[in-house]
Amino acid sequence: MIRSNSTLLLSLLIASLGLFGSSSWLPAAETLDESVVKAEAERVKIMAGASRCGVSIFADGGTNGGSGVLISADGYALTNFHVTKPCGDWMKCGLSDGSLHNAVIVGYDPVGDVALIKLMGRTDFPFAPLADSDKVVVGEWVFCVGNPFLLADDFQPTITYGIVSGVHRYQYPAGTLLEYADCIQTDAAINPGNSGGPLFNMRGEVIGINGRGSFEKRGRVNVGVGYAISINQIKHFMGALKAGRIVDHATLGATVASSDDGRVLVSDILEDSDAYRRGLRYGDEVVEFGGRPISTVNAFKNALGIFPRDWATSLTYRREGKKQSIWVRLTGVHGAEELLQKVLGRPQPQPGQPQPDDHPQPEGEPKKQPAPPKQPPTKGPAAAKKAPMPDEVKPFFEARRGYANFHFNKANRTRVYNALVARGDFAALKGTWKLTGDVVPAGEATFEIADDFVNTSLPGGELKLNVTKELNDAVEPRGSGGLLAALHAWRRLLTAGPEKFGDLVYLGMLPVADESRGPVDVLKGAYAGVETFFFVESESGRLLKVALYLSPDDDPCELLWSDYAEYQGRLLPRTLKVRYGDLIFGVYRFRELTLATGGQ
Amino acid sequence: MRSVVTLVVLLALVTPLTAAPLTSVIPQVQPKQVKIYGAGGYRGLEAYQSGSLISATGHVLTVWSYVLDTDFITVTLHDGRKFEGKLLAADPRLDIAVLKIEAQNLPHFELAKAPLVEAGTRVLAFSNLYGVATGDEPVSVQRGVISVRSRLHARRGVYETPFKGQAYILDAMTNNPGAAGGALTDYDGRLLGILGKELRNSQNNTWLNYAIPIPEAAKTIEDIVAGKYVNVPTEDVASKPKQPLSLELLGIQLVPDVLPRTPPYIDRIMPGSPAASTGLRPDDLVLFINGRLTAACATVRTELEYIDRIDPVSVTVLRNQELIDVQLRASADANP
Repeated sequence: MIRSNSTLLLSLLIASLGLFGSSSWLPAAETLDESVVKAEAERVKIMAGASRCGVSIFADGGTNGGSGVLISADGYALTNFHVTKPCGDWMKCGLSDGSLHNAVIVGYDPVGDVALIKLMGRTDFPFAPLADSDKVVVGEWVFCVGNPFLLADDFQPTITYGIVSGVHRYQYPAGTLLEYADCIQTDAAINPGNSGGPLFNMRGEVIGINGRGSFEKRGRVNVGVGYAISINQIKHFMGALKAGRIVDHATLGATVASSDDGRVLVSDILEDSDAYRRGLRYGDEVVEFGGRPISTVNAFKNALGIFPRDWATSLTYRREGKKQSIWVRLTGVHGAEELLQKVLGRPQPQPGQPQPDDHPQPEGEPKKQPAPPKQPPTKGPAAAKKAPMPDEVKPFFEARRGYANFHFNKANRTRVYNALVARGDFAALKGTWKLTGDVVPAGEATFEIADDFVNTSLPGGELKLNVTKELNDAVEPRGSGGLLAALHAWRRLLTAGPEKFGDLVYLGMLPVADESRGPVDVLKGAYAGVETFFFVESESGRLLKVALYLSPDDDPCELLWSDYAEYQGRLLPRTLKVRYGDLIFGVYRFRELTLATGGQ
Repeated sequence: MRSVVTLVVLLALVTPLTAAPLTSVIPQVQPKQVKIYGAGGYRGLEAYQSGSLISATGHVLTVWSYVLDTDFITVTLHDGRKFEGKLLAADPRLDIAVLKIEAQNLPHFELAKAPLVEAGTRVLAFSNLYGVATGDEPVSVQRGVISVRSRLHARRGVYETPFKGQAYILDAMTNNPGAAGGALTDYDGRLLGILGKELRNSQNNTWLNYAIPIPEAAKTIEDIVAGKYVNVPTEDVASKPKQPLSLELLGIQLVPDVLPRTPPYIDRIMPGSPAASTGLRPDDLVLFINGRLTAACATVRTELEYIDRIDPVSVTVLRNQELIDVQLRASADANP
């Protein structure tokens, strides 16, 4: 290495001394260090590969647009919500090979400014792998693939190159819905039109989605400070995005502030929050959240801002010198209706018209750019009318209030349910289900579950729940949070199926209980006035947990099923642990499961 | 040939060939950066800037700006510790200032080792631009190349700056709000310069990114650190002369002193007064009296109280980003 560099220097020196005559003082190309040539060739290769995964997104008419990146062979692509918003339910996407594809909106996260779309027409799209963005370090070389100023008439993306300037950056909401938490800062040029495009590491993996810059007084062009939404944050939202949802971000139900001595203390807490029920109180010092040490308010906001609503994670607090770790369920920042109002409340902007204030000034969508040289001509009001949805797109779109695209929700609901019944169909078993077994550590337990009642015989006595009306008061047995109602919901899901359960939707992927296992698919059902979450490990077809909420402000009754085994031709759990809040209500080992068909 | 080889070896010594990757250089440099908070915070004037530690005992090199124009300067270290910053001195001609915080064993740049480098040098710029980092969060880093080392041909409306020396012009977007006072280093993390203020050409709305080369300012900085260059008002010192100078004797009327620290703008120049003959004008900002910084109307008055009315006084004013020095002497007939 030193040797070859010395050779280079030597030739430089000799050349500059004029020993090679006056023709040239530059080193000839062949004197370049082999490693330099190799590194450049490698870089060219990686950027070429990344370019193929880049997507140029155009709103109808091509007057609006941005960038995106393909992340699967079947055409899923990530971009910014503020890019897809003016496009509506579908859009045109160009790839670097010059092909133009229809794409449909799948889901979006309006707070985090992320949207998932799906391109049509191929099942073998080139796609980019996703990195572990927590491993990104400052000084690392990175590059953007995108369509700044909508330059790419031939959809050949533009590459901009730079380094990571900062990680775990928190960018305050600019008076809007948008909040960029835990983002990656880069000096690679991010200009209007780059929005939604990927930020790549030098292994060709996506580390983030470019979305925002610090612009302020210099107009809306790059000032060397761009921000990318970390891909790890997007991974947390991916399940919910694929669910066709309009996903909200999470809140702890508590706020924190710095104390004079620099500690992060709980400055306010809602008494109906899960964190409060788990023991967190005003004045407690938050020392860890979501597996990250918390030393500043920004660190807490970063750790929280990467999670969707309904996520659950660990929190460690310190009170009077003693540390305590809890597992907390997070709720939505907004009410469901509130979020919709903020996202959809105002009339959709016409392309070419000024945007509503919904968007922060400092982001890069091309409308407010100071007249780039190759901007497509602005269409008149007639041309601004949205063309009808192409036939190719129609089968992949279903409108439903509260959803970006309910088609994808139904598709995933079917997928998860099919996984659940892949090793045992329960549709015919509409009779009484009888579970008999032992209470751990001692005693006998029997549960009889039917369409209209649930009976139980436990060491404490016998109980019966009639399921004829709303279940909100079905707290039986006392201290269980609604065990009988939860068992009813469990049987109902398996026998009634997704269509007849009630209102059953696919929620996405959420953690089950602790960090020992990754997130699993979750179905959420509503019937008889209660909400039930079903946690399904789709690969194995196991239902891991049923969580029934008699009231949204109370702990759920959780049925934790385990010891799955083949039983009379079906995969069934043999152990049930019932938890209510921090208490284990009971553990049951079943010897006999009788699932009767028809009548009673 | 042998001498050539020797030369090569020598060259190899001054330019390290086995450069460490940026990912390991940058974390070494970031702790030498501080975040400075002071005056401002309204009408697009950010109340923060950047600074670089140049001694283990808490000397902070930064740019001279309105942010420092307060009695309450806060300096935040890389580890989140906060200190009160004391302004030791400022040289508005170099556009630099040195602060002192009461701390020990700090990571810092070696000022004396700062080389003068040429165009084409690859550089890193460290600063807290846009105030992105707070508390213990590391400052931002950008990369670029020195495009040229040149004087800034500043004039009214075009890249106005009082700095008249050779500057490094950078190809990177470094000079953003809050970036002033940040460090320019080479790829090995050696200090090369100090990032200047935002510099705008109001005629074509372009912005210039530049840094002040350390060798241009090293002598002054060293003098400030050594205590040889003091130009901030001090309460100690000599007794006041029996018959001190005053603004009235010079024929200068400042703007009404209504704020705790009213900037000492000249309101009127009395016709026929000593000030009138030197060309001082209304709207000139009085920066120095006899080389001492005058941040407020009250400071101007106090400084004059230490000068005997028979002695000449030098006054430095800022007019359209131009520093103007004048020599004044109270007129004889002004004596009672």
